[in-house]
Amino acid sequence: MDKKDFVIRFAGEGGQGLVTSADALARAAAQAGYYVQTHSTFPSQIMGGPASSQVRISTTPVLSSGDGVDVLVALNRYAYDNHNQDLNHGGVTVYNAEEYDLPEGGNYFGIRADELAKSTGNARAANMVTIGAVAHLIDFKLAEIDNFITQRFTRGRDGDAEIIEANIKAVRLGVEVAQSSGFSVGTLAAPTKPDHEQIVITGNAALAMGSVAAGLDFYAGYPISPATTILVWMEHNLWGEDRFVHQVASEIEAINAIIGAGFAGKKAMTATAGPGFSLMSEGLGLSWMAEIPLVVVNVQRGGPATGLPTKSEQSDLYSCMHPAHGDIRMPVLAPGSIEECFYAGALATNWAERYQGPVILMSEFGLAERGENIKKPDLSEISTESRNAYEGTESGKRYVSWDGSTPLPGMPIPGGNGAYVANGSEHDEIGDTTHLPYHHIRLTERRFKKLDLLDGAHYEIENADADTIIMPWGSSKGPAREAYERLREAGENVGWLYSVSLHPLPQDVIDVLASGKRIIVPELNYLGQWSSLLRMEGYNAESITQYTGLPFRPADLVDSIKERLGAGATV
Amino acid sequence: MSKRNPEYDFQWCPGCGDFGVRRALQVALEGYSAEHEEPQANNVVVAGIGCSGNMVHLVEGEQPFGIHGIHGRTLPIAFGVKMGNPKLNTVVVAGDGDFLSIGAEHIPPAANRNVDITAVVMDNGVYGLTKGQSSPTSAFGAITTSTPFGKIENPVSPLKQYMAMGVTYIASYYSSKPRDLAKVIQDAMNHKGFSIVHVQSPCTTYNDTYDILKGKPREGIAGLAYDIPEDHDPTSEQAANDLISRPGVPLGVVFRAEGATLQDRYDSLKEKAPAKSNEEILNSYLLKV
Repeated sequence: MDKKDFVIRFAGEGGQGLVTSADALARAAAQAGYYVQTHSTFPSQIMGGPASSQVRISTTPVLSSGDGVDVLVALNRYAYDNHNQDLNHGGVTVYNAEEYDLPEGGNYFGIRADELAKSTGNARAANMVTIGAVAHLIDFKLAEIDNFITQRFTRGRDGDAEIIEANIKAVRLGVEVAQSSGFSVGTLAAPTKPDHEQIVITGNAALAMGSVAAGLDFYAGYPISPATTILVWMEHNLWGEDRFVHQVASEIEAINAIIGAGFAGKKAMTATAGPGFSLMSEGLGLSWMAEIPLVVVNVQRGGPATGLPTKSEQSDLYSCMHPAHGDIRMPVLAPGSIEECFYAGALATNWAERYQGPVILMSEFGLAERGENIKKPDLSEISTESRNAYEGTESGKRYVSWDGSTPLPGMPIPGGNGAYVANGSEHDEIGDTTHLPYHHIRLTERRFKKLDLLDGAHYEIENADADTIIMPWGSSKGPAREAYERLREAGENVGWLYSVSLHPLPQDVIDVLASGKRIIVPELNYLGQWSSLLRMEGYNAESITQYTGLPFRPADLVDSIKERLGAGATV
Repeated sequence: MSKRNPEYDFQWCPGCGDFGVRRALQVALEGYSAEHEEPQANNVVVAGIGCSGNMVHLVEGEQPFGIHGIHGRTLPIAFGVKMGNPKLNTVVVAGDGDFLSIGAEHIPPAANRNVDITAVVMDNGVYGLTKGQSSPTSAFGAITTSTPFGKIENPVSPLKQYMAMGVTYIASYYSSKPRDLAKVIQDAMNHKGFSIVHVQSPCTTYNDTYDILKGKPREGIAGLAYDIPEDHDPTSEQAANDLISRPGVPLGVVFRAEGATLQDRYDSLKEKAPAKSNEEILNSYLLKV
C-alpha cells in the first residue's frame, strides 16, 4: 500500500549542508504537489557541532515534524549513534561510507557521495547523490527531482547546462547505490496538487510579511537567536517612503526606539528572544502606562538566562503576559502554524493601533525557522487599521477616563493638535505627573478596559461536549492536533479548543472553559504555565509538559493523553 | 505647581539651577519655532527621570509634545521619535545621573549615527530627587548620603567623553545666564546632527556650586566658569581638546563638525535598496511549479 507520508532526516555536523539537502528535497516535493515541513536542530555555533535537518513530505497538510524517521542520512558516526533510535519500523539509514563503516547485516547501507559527485565533474553535487538515494528509497519520481534541479540552476549564466547535467547525473548515481542495496521503505502516494498558488516560507518570514502587510513602517532590532531572521528580513525589505529600519545597540535601545516611533505616529515593531525580552521589561511597562502603540515579538528559545538558544520551548508565557512590574497584563497572540504567523503579524500590528498600546506576539524556535508550503495569502484581504488621531483642538484630552461605552478617543500625534506628555509616571489628562488616587484609579481602569477592544483572532472549537478537551497553545498546536485526530480515530471522545489570542480570550473560548470541562494542555515547559494561568481564572486545566528542547512527538502525546483519560481528573 | 496646571504638585527647590535651564529651553523652543516658521507642536521634549525630568511638565507658554519616560533612556526614545518623523525638532532633557550613569551606553550609538537631536544635560553633581547620593560627576572624595566616608570613584569628564565618542556639536554652559544659554541651545537645535549642551545646574539643597562656578568677585575669588575666548576655533578638534584639558568650566561652543546626519545616510541607501511593494515581497516566496 502506498504511504501517505515520510520523514527524511539528514544528520551530521553544522556546515555539512544538512539544511541545504533538506530544503532541496522539500522544494522538489512541494513542486511535485506534496505538503512539506522542514525542521532543523543545531547548536549555537556556525561550523561543527551535532546538527540535523529533516523534511516531512505528505499528501495532506503537515501538522508536525512527526514521530520518527523513515530515512536517516547519517553523515558521521556520532549522528548515526544519536539518531538511529528515532528510525520508524522498516526505516533505513544511509551512512557516509567515506567517514565510517558499520558491520554487515543492519538496516543500512553506505554511500560515498563525495567520490561519486567528483565523478560527475561537479564536486559540489554530493548532496544530490544522497537525495538520489533517498528518492529511490521512498520511490519518489525522479522526473520531479530533475525538474527541480533544472529550475534551481537555470540562472542565465554560462555553464548552467553543465551544472544541471552533473547534478542530474549525481542523482542517478545515488539511485544506483540505493538500488543495489536492495532496501526500500515504501512508496510515497501520488500527491493531489493544490489548485491555488503556494508560497514556501518560514515562520519568521511569514510573521514579518504579515506585519508589513498591515502597514508596519518602523522596525528597530538587535540580533538574537532565534529572532535574528526577522531583523534581517526587515533590513532587506522595509524600505521606501516613510519606512525606517535599523539595527540598534541593544534590546533596551530597540524597545525605547519603537516607543519614540509609536509616539511619533509610526506602526513600530521589534523582535527578540527571552534574554532580550527581559531587557525590554521596563520599556514595555512605559508603553503600557503611557499607552504607546507598538508590537514586541518574542521568538522563544529555551530558558532561563542564555538557556537553549537554538531549541524549542514554550517557557516565556508568564513573562509575556506580565513582563513588567505593576498592574499589567499584556495582550498576547501566540500563532501555532506558519500560516497563523502571517495573520498574527498583521493582527498584532492592527491591535496596537486599535487599543493604543503594546501587543506581545509570541513565536517559538520550532515555528520560526521551519519551512512549509502554504496557500499564498491574499494581501487585499488584510485589513490595515490606521491610527485614530485626535482631531480636536484642545490640550488635556489624551488621558481622559474611558469606560468602553464610547469609541476610544483619538491619540494626538506630534506636529498636530492636543499636545501632551506621554508619561510613565501616573498622570492626569494632559500627562502631567500626579499622585492623586482619583487619577490612578481611573487610568488603571482605562488601561485594562481597552483590552476589550481586542477581538478577531483565530480560534477553534470542536466536540466541546466531550468531557475532556485538549487545548494546546502556540507551536504545540500541530503535534497536539495530530494526536487529537488519532485519538478521535481510535474512538476516544475528546474535544478540541485552541485560541491564537491567549489574552484576551475570545468569549466563545471562555464559554467552553467556564463549562467546567477537564482541559488538558500540552506545553513545552516545566511549570505548566498556560494551565496554571487557566486555573488562576478558575478553569479545570492541567498540563502535559515536556522540557527536552524538542517539539512534542504526536505519538507521545497520544500515549500521555490516553493515560490521563484512564486516570480521571488529577488537578 | 505649574502655571498651566494648578493640580501638578511637583516643584524644584528655591534657587535650583533647573529654573534657569527651563527659561532658556522655553526661549530656545519658541525661538526655533519662529526661526523656522513651525508650530510649537513640532517640538518634542524627551525627559529622563530625576529633578531635571520634570522640565517637560514645567515649560510654560504654548505646549510642545513631551515624553517623560524611564530612567536613562532619553536618547533611544528621541532616536525613535526623530526617525519616526524627521520633521520633529527633538530635544532631550536629562540630568547627569540619567545621562552619564544609567544612560551612558546610549551616547556612543547616538554619536555614531549622528542622529539629528539635541540633548540638554543638567549637571548638578548629585542625585537630588532621591536625596543626595553620589553621581558620576561628584568629585572624588565627595561626602554624600551614599558615600558617607567619601566617594572612591573618579568623576567622569563629560566634555572629554563627548569628544572621544564623536559627538558633532558640544557646548558647555551654566544655568545662571538663561538668555545666553537659550542662544546656545537654539544654535544646537540648528546643528545638523547630534548636539549636546552640557549645563552646570547647581542643586541648592545637596550640592550648591554657585560660588564655585561664579566665584566671589568682591572677595577676589575667581570662579571655575569662564567665557570661551573669541579666538577659539570650535571646528578644530585639536583646539577643542586643548580647551577641555584646561581646568574650569568653559562657557560657549566647544566643538562643532559638519557631517551627514543619520537621515542623510539613510536616504543615500535608498538607491541601493529600492522600495518593494508588499506583493513583490510576497511573490519572492512563490512556489514555482
